[in-house]
Amino acid sequence: MTQVTQITDLNEVVRKAAEYRETQDESVRDRIVSNIYNEAETLASSVVSHLERRVDWDRKIDNIVTSRILGYPLMLALLGAVFWVTLSGANVPTDMLANFFFGLEEHLSALFFQFGAPDWLHGLVVLGTYRALAWVVSVMLPPMAIFFPIFTLLEDLGYLPRVAFNLDRAFKRVGAHGKQALTMSMGFGCNAAGVIAARIIDSPRERMIAILTNNFVPCNGRFPAIIAISMIFLAGGVISVYGTILAAAMVVALILIGISVTLLVSWLLSKTLLRGEPSTFTLELPPYRKPQIIPVIVRSLFDRTLFVLTRAVIVAAPAGALTWIFANIYIGDLSVIGYVAGWLDPFARAIGLDGIIVLAFILGLPANEIVVPIMVMSYLAAGSMLEFDSLLAFRQLLLSQNWTMLTALNFMIFSLLHFPCGTTLLTIRKETGSLKWTVLAATIPTIVAVLVCFIIAQGARLTGLV
Amino acid sequence: MGLTCQSSGKGVLREDFLSYETKSDYIVALAGNPNTGKSTVFNALTGLKQHTGNWPGKTVTQALGNYRHGQKLITLVDLPGTYSLLANSPEEQVARDFICFAEPDATVVVVDSTCLERNLNLVLQVLEITPKTIVCLNLIDEARRKKLRIDVEMLAIKLGVPVIPTAARSKEGLGFLKDTINRVASDAIQLNPLRLKYEDRLEVAISKLAGELEPLLPERINKRWIALRLLDGDYTVIDGIQKFLEKKIVVEGFAS
Amino acid sequence: MEAKDSEFTLSRLRVGERGVVTSLHAQGIIRRRMLDLGLVPGTVVESVRRSPAGDPTAYNIRGAIIALRAEEGCKVYVELL
Repeated sequence: MTQVTQITDLNEVVRKAAEYRETQDESVRDRIVSNIYNEAETLASSVVSHLERRVDWDRKIDNIVTSRILGYPLMLALLGAVFWVTLSGANVPTDMLANFFFGLEEHLSALFFQFGAPDWLHGLVVLGTYRALAWVVSVMLPPMAIFFPIFTLLEDLGYLPRVAFNLDRAFKRVGAHGKQALTMSMGFGCNAAGVIAARIIDSPRERMIAILTNNFVPCNGRFPAIIAISMIFLAGGVISVYGTILAAAMVVALILIGISVTLLVSWLLSKTLLRGEPSTFTLELPPYRKPQIIPVIVRSLFDRTLFVLTRAVIVAAPAGALTWIFANIYIGDLSVIGYVAGWLDPFARAIGLDGIIVLAFILGLPANEIVVPIMVMSYLAAGSMLEFDSLLAFRQLLLSQNWTMLTALNFMIFSLLHFPCGTTLLTIRKETGSLKWTVLAATIPTIVAVLVCFIIAQGARLTGLV
Repeated sequence: MGLTCQSSGKGVLREDFLSYETKSDYIVALAGNPNTGKSTVFNALTGLKQHTGNWPGKTVTQALGNYRHGQKLITLVDLPGTYSLLANSPEEQVARDFICFAEPDATVVVVDSTCLERNLNLVLQVLEITPKTIVCLNLIDEARRKKLRIDVEMLAIKLGVPVIPTAARSKEGLGFLKDTINRVASDAIQLNPLRLKYEDRLEVAISKLAGELEPLLPERINKRWIALRLLDGDYTVIDGIQKFLEKKIVVEGFAS
Repeated sequence: MEAKDSEFTLSRLRVGERGVVTSLHAQGIIRRRMLDLGLVPGTVVESVRRSPAGDPTAYNIRGAIIALRAEEGCKVYVELL
């Protein structure tokens, strides 16, 4: 009982404190904070001595990376360079991995036939599950193993706050927060991580904008596919310096489109659903630090690359099996996939894609990584069984399915702008605690993606480009 | 009897603060400004034995990690990086409430040696709450590179708590830091924390309120600091106190 | 002279110029945040650089480089040094 009276006694003390505050003309807080800072200043000056004045390298670097003339071009160049290194570095290992896995596939198949396994079992295990896994590993692993360490190095170096500093004006104009640039950077790794990173934005309104628009940054589950398609259609599937530069430029252009759409949608949101004034903005530009190369590589490989790859593999295996089943269960003379894809086809054609692509995106909801394997498997089941062990083979497959430049472009645009993956949506649900915003987080991008693809497709057709 | 007292008294709110159960000997809080290499210190001390979750009821990430040192199991709680503890944001509130109400056995404040003045602001605020503080003078290698000389002994004398220079990236000074954490946690070091003096009028009000709080709050809670927070009009601290008291009722109800 | 102007604010400092904070003309949470950053009367602040877009501006506040938008900068009254 004595404890209960304590709370009322406490209220009495609080009342007295409030009384005291009323007798004060000047804010008590100001005086407290000033006192602490002054003490800190006195202390610091009594124990720190500068032995000599040194060149301030941080300032010199910042003078360049935030300069009026070079600031923005440097950001673009850096982005381009990162993707170019990723693309050209990933090509050879991707082909090697693909060769290895599809070489192994032959042995696996031989083994199955040797033991007299039924066709359906071989199809389910080898052509379905194994192929999906082989694709995910060989296409995703190399770019991720290159991109993540480079990106982590930039993060460690302290470059990202400079990006936010350079871009804040644009975000302020659209009623958003400059730190949204940081959450977008996180989105390159994983949109779910980008959504969680939005915690650094204090204003709930601006944080929501950052969450709802994060998936306009292509995450690692999507950019290997984007990279592969741009390599195929811009570089012709052949590894050359010129080709990789062109493909990297394409990826950068897509990211610029993503940033523009982010700004546009942020602006629309802050004019409609999330109306309000921009909140305060304070951002520290920390000193540059020499990154620890080895730990960064180890950390990004284990924490990020393997983590994401494991997740992809876990989703890809059952998805591969399921896709194979649907591609091989026939209703009349059409497979289930053929049936659904046929039903989606008119809509898909209107936005410059085809039924199977749209179906692959829908089935790819659990994880973006499996969109391409699903698509490839559906194509393979529906048509000719060709060897699928290189980008060139992939190119031939797509061309045989009547892919054009428009299909390729709209595939990339749709991949860039469409609904976030299941994991991201769950994260949004958790972070916002609201089903309504989660639904909006899925519908807004989808509408945008469909609209943009429709405009491009119709425009291309009207002007007779395709 | 001593044991009962320990379990019903010390850190009654701990389990409310931690996102998973610990069986460690000491609970140590890790505070610091953003960009001071706090997470490097955290990683260097705890290695891969980490657990992340959210602070209860807040969308603020909580990281916990364990390590062994000198036959003791220590749980390190990585508080959010903040410039101050004046509760202007959920992060600051979380950090402050943990240091004050979860009663960690020691609080390590990681500071950037190259930017001491700004970082001491936080150190002074932590010292106002708890004497069981250790200053981890991190990035000392950067300071050396920038030709800054810091009189570590003088700083330790002035602050009245241990000051340990470290370079967490190269593991420099971490052994000494661990030793010191154990010694502070086991009360083996005499601490004499710097007490900020406010102007006379404010000091009078602080003493008066602190006196009235004295019989109301448990011994370990720093009444002077609570009084100061109340005078500042920071009522978020009351939530913490009330939670603390309610918990005490339950715990002591069981004890009697 | 502009420098003697009692209404001279942080956002009017040119890059490279320094000023002493005289008062804060903000209330509530914004004021608290500014205090947290060390913007208390008497603090010397240097304008370090502007974003290529013209805003925000980065200041050296007690040893850390902190970027503020013009909206916040104009609430901090300074005396030019």
